[in-house]
Amino acid sequence: MEKKKITGAEALLFAFKEEKVDTIFGYPGGAIIPVFDALYTHKEKLALNHILTRHEQGAAHAAQGYARVSGKVGVVIVTSGPAAANIVTGVADAMLDSTPLVVVTGQTSVDALGSDAFQETDVLGITQAITKWSYQIRRAEDISWAVARAFYIAREGRPGPVVLDLSKDAQNQLIEFSYEKCRYIRSYQPEPELNPDKIARAAQLINQAKKPFAVVGQGVLLGRAEQELFNFLNKADIPAASSLLGLDVMPVDYRLNMGMVGMHGNVAPNKKTNECDVLIAIGMRFSDRVTGKLSEYAPQAKVIHFDIDPSEINKNVQVEVGVLGNVKKSLPAVTELLDKADHKEWIESFEEHKLCEYREVVSKDLYPNNGILTMAEVVKCLSDNTGENTIVVTDVGQNQITAARYFSAYNTRKIVTSGGLGTMGFGLPAGVGAALGSPESKVFVISGDGGIQMTIQELGTIMEYKIPVKVIILNNNYLGMVRQWQELFYEERYSSTSIQNPDFIALAAAYGIKGRKVEQRKDLAEAVREMIAADSAYVLEVMVEKKGIVYPMVPAGKCITEIMLKS
Amino acid sequence: MEKTLYTVTVYSENQVGLLNQVTIVFTRRQVNIESLTVSRSAIPGVHKFTITANTDRETIRKIVLQIEKRIDVLKAYYYTDDQIIFQEIALYKVPTLSLMSSNEIETLVRKYNARILEVTKDYTVIEQAGHKAEIDAMFDALNKNKILQFVRSGRVAITRSTVERLSNFLEEMEARRKEVFNGNN
Repeated sequence: MEKKKITGAEALLFAFKEEKVDTIFGYPGGAIIPVFDALYTHKEKLALNHILTRHEQGAAHAAQGYARVSGKVGVVIVTSGPAAANIVTGVADAMLDSTPLVVVTGQTSVDALGSDAFQETDVLGITQAITKWSYQIRRAEDISWAVARAFYIAREGRPGPVVLDLSKDAQNQLIEFSYEKCRYIRSYQPEPELNPDKIARAAQLINQAKKPFAVVGQGVLLGRAEQELFNFLNKADIPAASSLLGLDVMPVDYRLNMGMVGMHGNVAPNKKTNECDVLIAIGMRFSDRVTGKLSEYAPQAKVIHFDIDPSEINKNVQVEVGVLGNVKKSLPAVTELLDKADHKEWIESFEEHKLCEYREVVSKDLYPNNGILTMAEVVKCLSDNTGENTIVVTDVGQNQITAARYFSAYNTRKIVTSGGLGTMGFGLPAGVGAALGSPESKVFVISGDGGIQMTIQELGTIMEYKIPVKVIILNNNYLGMVRQWQELFYEERYSSTSIQNPDFIALAAAYGIKGRKVEQRKDLAEAVREMIAADSAYVLEVMVEKKGIVYPMVPAGKCITEIMLKS
Repeated sequence: MEKTLYTVTVYSENQVGLLNQVTIVFTRRQVNIESLTVSRSAIPGVHKFTITANTDRETIRKIVLQIEKRIDVLKAYYYTDDQIIFQEIALYKVPTLSLMSSNEIETLVRKYNARILEVTKDYTVIEQAGHKAEIDAMFDALNKNKILQFVRSGRVAITRSTVERLSNFLEEMEARRKEVFNGNN
C-alpha cells in the first residue's frame, strides 16, 4: 500500500516529535506560514506547545533558558529575513555558552534564492560563523535527514546551536515521511577517545603536586559529571573554584569550594591561581574574563586541561597535559590513579584572602552604613528566603555579577546567565524559557533597569501564557557596569550611561502582572517574601545605590593578582 | 613569532557552503590566504582544499583545529614545504613576433620545462608548471618582451606518504560507525 503523503511542513513537526520535542518558541511570518499551518492541524495530536514570544530574539533566548535548565535541545521556529536576523544574538550567545539549540528559519522559495526577494537574507552566510552547523533545506525529502542531524549535532559532544534554513517550497512539497535518528556522522566525533598516556601523566602531575588547584566550568554540568568531580577533588584533596558558568556545579558550603575565579571572582581563587603548582582546568575554556592578562596567568603552574573540544587545548593557555574526552569518563579515569592526599595547609591558606574579601567587600555590600539599598542586599535576601529548586536567571552587568556572588547556587539551585556573549536583554526571555523547562522550580529573573528594557516586550509572553516568573529589577537609573568602568577608568566621564526609566510597576500592571516597588531597607524582606509567595508572575523593582561598584575587580588586561577591592 | 609559508590540506564532505566555513577561520585569526585550490581527492566523495598562508606555527595549529571543528570537515593538516611535493601552474601570453626575434624562447622553454599551448600570428600561449620561484624567474625573463597576459594557479600539494593521510582517520570512523550501529542502543 502506498504511504500517505504529507507536506514538508508536517514532516518538520513529525520529525520534532521523533526527537521528543514538547516546547517550541517562535513567531510566524510569510516564509514559515506552512509550518504554522501544520502546527494548527497537529499541535494537540503531537502535544507540541508553541510559545509565541513578542520578538524573535525573545524566542531564541527563551529556548536557551529552556535548554540550560532542562538539558534538552531548545527549539525555535521563525520566518525569514528580519526574523532570521533577530535570532542571531541568541544563536551567537548559545554558541559561546555551548547551549544546544535547533533554530528553524523560513526561507524564500528555491527559485527566488539569491534574487534579493522579499524578506530574503543570506542566513547560511550570516550564521555559519556562529553555529555548530547551519544547513539550507531546499527539498522536503531532506527534512528528516537534516532535522535528525541537527538534533544530533546540537546535543552531542560540546553542545551548540544549529540553524536549519527551510525554503518555503520545501515546506509545501508532498513526501512520504520516514525518520531515522542520527547516531553517527563520519566527519564528526563528538567525544574524543581517552588517551591512557595523558590520563597517566595528569595523575602523575597531580600526585606530585604540593599545591594543586582546580578551576571548574560548565563542561562538568554538560557532562553531568558533578559526582565524578567530587570524587576527584575529594580523593586528592584539591581546592577548587568555578567559572561564572560553572557556578552551580559545587555547593557553596562544599569544603573544597573556594568560590569563583575571574574579573569579578573572589580574591582567594584568583590569587591562588598564581601560587598553585599544578592548575587543573576542568570543562572550562580559559576565557579572557577568567585569565586576565594571559602572559601573567599562572606562569608558575603546570597546567592540566580536561576538555571535550580538541580546539580548546592550548588555545589560550599553554598546557602541560591536555586530557581530551567527556569529563564523565576522563575524571574517573584520572581519579583511579590518584593517591589519597591531604593539602590541609594549602587549603587553609585561602582563608586569609577570604577574610580580607569579607572585610573589604562583602561586609560593605551586605551591611552598608547608609540608608540606601545595595544590589547585594537584595540578592542575599532572595537567596536566604528560597530553598531547593530555585533558578536565578540573570541579565548582564552589575546585576549579573552581584547575583553570581551573592546567590548561593548549587545543583538544585541554578544560575542561568549569558557568559561568553554577555547579552543584555538575555534575562527576561531566558527566564520565560527556564520556567517552562523546569516547571518544578521557582524562577527568578535578576535584571537591571537597562537590560530589562532590551527585551521587556516579553512581559506580554509572561502575561499570555501565565508563566510564573518573578522579575527583580535592580534599578540604579544607570547602565551600571559601563558607568563603573567610566568611573574607574574614564575619569568619571559618564557618557550615555544615566538612563530615564518608565514606571516599571505601572508597566507590569498594564500587562496584568502584579508588582511592587521597594525604596527602603525596612520593606525589602517583606516584599521579597511577598514575591516568592505569589503564585503568578511578579515584578519587584528595588531602587538601589545609584553609583554602586562591583568589587572585587580585575581591570581588563591586568594580571589576576592585581584584583581591586576598592578604588 | 617567525612566519613561514604553511600548506593546509582540508578534507571535507561535499556540502554546500564549506568554503566559507573554512575561510572564516583564517579571517577571524587575521591570516591572509595566499592561495586556495579545491579539488576531489583519491577517496570517492571526499573533497580536498589546499590552502597556503604565511603565519607562525602556533597560529596555523589553532587554525587547523578550528577548521576541523566544523562538522562537515573530516580532517585538516598543515605542512611546511619540506614535507610535501607541490606545484603551481602558470600561463603566459606573449606577442608571437617577440619570440621570433631570437632563439631565447627555446632556451626558456627548455630551462623551465615549459610548453607551448597555442600559437597565432598575434600571440603565443606558454604553460609552465613549477614552484613559485621558478615561475617568478620565467616571468621576469619573458617580461623583457612584455607579457600580454599572465595567470598563476594556487598551489596543489601531496604528501610523501603512499596513500591519502585521511585513510587512517576514515578507518577509525568506520570502526566507530560499526560500534554505534552494532552496540545495544
